[in-house]
Amino acid sequence: MTAIAENKPAYDGQALDLTGKSGARAFKNTLATVLIVLAFVIAMIPLLWILGTVISKGYHLLLSADWWSQSQRGITVRREGGGAYHAIMGTLIMSLITALIAVPIAVLGAVYLVEYGKGTRAARVVSFMIDILTGVPSIVAALFIYAVWITIFGFNRVGFAVSLSLVLLMLPVVLRSTEEMLKLVPDELREASYALGVPKWKTIMKVVVPTAFGGIVTGVMLGLARVMGETAPLLILVGYSKNINLNPFNGFMGALPTMINQDRTELALQPAADRVWAAALTLILLVLVLNVLARLVARFSAIKSK
Amino acid sequence: MSSPDGTAPPDRPDGTAAGQEEPKIEDLVHEDAGPTPRFEDLAEEHAEHEAELSAEVMTESGPEPAAADPAVAATGTAVATEPGKKMELGPVGHLGDRLFSAFARGSGGLVVLIVAFVGIFLLALAIPALADDKSSFLFSRIWEPGGDQPRFGIAAMFYTTVVSSIIAMLIAVPVAIGVALFITYYAPKRLAQPVAYAVDLLAAVPSIIYGLWGILFFAPILLPVINGLSDALGWIPLFEKPPGDNVGVVFTASVVLAIMILPVVTAISREIFAQTPIAHREGALALGATKWEMIRMSVLPYGRSGVVSASMLGLGRALGETVAVLIILSVPNGNDPWNSSIFAGGETFASKIANNAAEFDSPEKTGAYIAAGLVLFVVTFLVNSAARIIVDRSGPGGRRPRRKRGAGVAQGASS
Repeated sequence: MTAIAENKPAYDGQALDLTGKSGARAFKNTLATVLIVLAFVIAMIPLLWILGTVISKGYHLLLSADWWSQSQRGITVRREGGGAYHAIMGTLIMSLITALIAVPIAVLGAVYLVEYGKGTRAARVVSFMIDILTGVPSIVAALFIYAVWITIFGFNRVGFAVSLSLVLLMLPVVLRSTEEMLKLVPDELREASYALGVPKWKTIMKVVVPTAFGGIVTGVMLGLARVMGETAPLLILVGYSKNINLNPFNGFMGALPTMINQDRTELALQPAADRVWAAALTLILLVLVLNVLARLVARFSAIKSK
Repeated sequence: MSSPDGTAPPDRPDGTAAGQEEPKIEDLVHEDAGPTPRFEDLAEEHAEHEAELSAEVMTESGPEPAAADPAVAATGTAVATEPGKKMELGPVGHLGDRLFSAFARGSGGLVVLIVAFVGIFLLALAIPALADDKSSFLFSRIWEPGGDQPRFGIAAMFYTTVVSSIIAMLIAVPVAIGVALFITYYAPKRLAQPVAYAVDLLAAVPSIIYGLWGILFFAPILLPVINGLSDALGWIPLFEKPPGDNVGVVFTASVVLAIMILPVVTAISREIFAQTPIAHREGALALGATKWEMIRMSVLPYGRSGVVSASMLGLGRALGETVAVLIILSVPNGNDPWNSSIFAGGETFASKIANNAAEFDSPEKTGAYIAAGLVLFVVTFLVNSAARIIVDRSGPGGRRPRRKRGAGVAQGASS
């Protein structure tokens, strides 16, 4: 198969074309090639443009130690200074709580789909619902938690409510990637474990999940990257606070997306604009670092099939 | 990412068979070993029960004992020949299995419950508000919830949401197909993977940054495009440009949404295109087709249903996108009234809800927004289900549906 694939360009070329290419066909072929390469170029422009903009406008604030250690307490839009410590911590705390809730459910759900429910009608229903959950817009997840947390239970708007709504968004991402990984674990490993008399649950915990561990970590990181950038639940479920608040169960909390949102209408003022772009760059860095790490983990821990 | 092969039909019969076989083996093993908590004795236990065990397997596994029997028998003999070797098998028995299986099943059930609860809770809170609504919820463009005479309808939001998402899809899909073809068949092998990563990185950029970039940097360069389109097609109401140089319009939002859904559509199309059987491709080339003709004749027909469902998933994303749209779209007001043109401002479901989060002070008002959210949920549910059903009905390749239906019948009969 590989030999054939390597020969492919030869089929494509002029020399082997026995029927001879008419001008129109050759032209169409060239046109298609140009359009396809053009599509790629078009797709790359926004990525480079966005990264370029955010980096060039935001990098200088990130170089100061204050950015990483100070909050925005008492700093108005017209004043320079302060940092994003409150927002970074808020984003990290809320994402961490989200992961703590979502990951066990997601991994167990994937275990159910692959190890227990394979091929059953119930598993198909669960699988379908995961697809639906993947498509639930973040604003709907936020409204749902608003309905439960605030309207029905009468609690306040706090960081934990945001985490709960983010769970709905992270769960399907982690579950799907875990499921794909568990499917890749060779059946021989499971059978060898059963043959030794190891119970099924221990086989899963000690053989199947550890084998797929790298892939699960990748899924968790991609899930985290997805929820960190979400803004809609923050707008609805927690107010923005310029002060440091590390308690997700009490009071408003800063977060990077809402920090951007806070000052985005004041971009005419230089200090506010600087902060917006610096916060945007910090957020992109967090998300990109997670993405790149996830890819690296995936590459170095891929399950080797025989 | 959810991949379309999550429900790959041909694997299923084998998977089912394997799934049925596995528990049998270990159930048998545990039943024999279960009562003894001393694991060192397990080996002897195995040896004692070996004959009985294999007999049971024979009878229970019925018509196809060949798969299960040798494995168990082999284990038995292997264990019996090395009785002195210590084995750490952990607690044997059904309690751990039952608990673990219950947790796993519970997590699966929880996912179903969550989706059901989203619908139920939104509905429960929306109904009282809808009952008080003094105007037609579906057909009114007025939005004045709260007060003695709440009047609100979703017509304007529905229109803007659907139009902006469909335009985004129309822009994104051709580009995504191009990028997917570039990655699978045009890019040099060494370049393909980095390019795929780069496109995926587009999905990693938070939507609020798309919004800021879109309105501050991208919208100004779209103005000539908007003017050109409205000059050429202005006689159609959809393209009629209201006075003024407003760039926070539906069209701008659509283009930014197109960029945001590009990675999703590309990723799924790419996977499907790469699965085109090599025989189809090389058959076309061997007949003297040019590369483009090969793609048109073999790759595109094979990937059609995948691309359709990828587009639907992209549409679902675009429908629910909140913050980018919120930042870009200018809200219609007295000076700049609501207009059906794509070159006017507007509000989508998501942007309206997010924009007015501060107004959630009375249950009546909140109920109105929750009703709007419910409509958004239903619309995205339908679009995503449609995408899923298209994938399930017709896997990659044109002929699969018939084969799949046959497989489904066979599977139904066996289970």
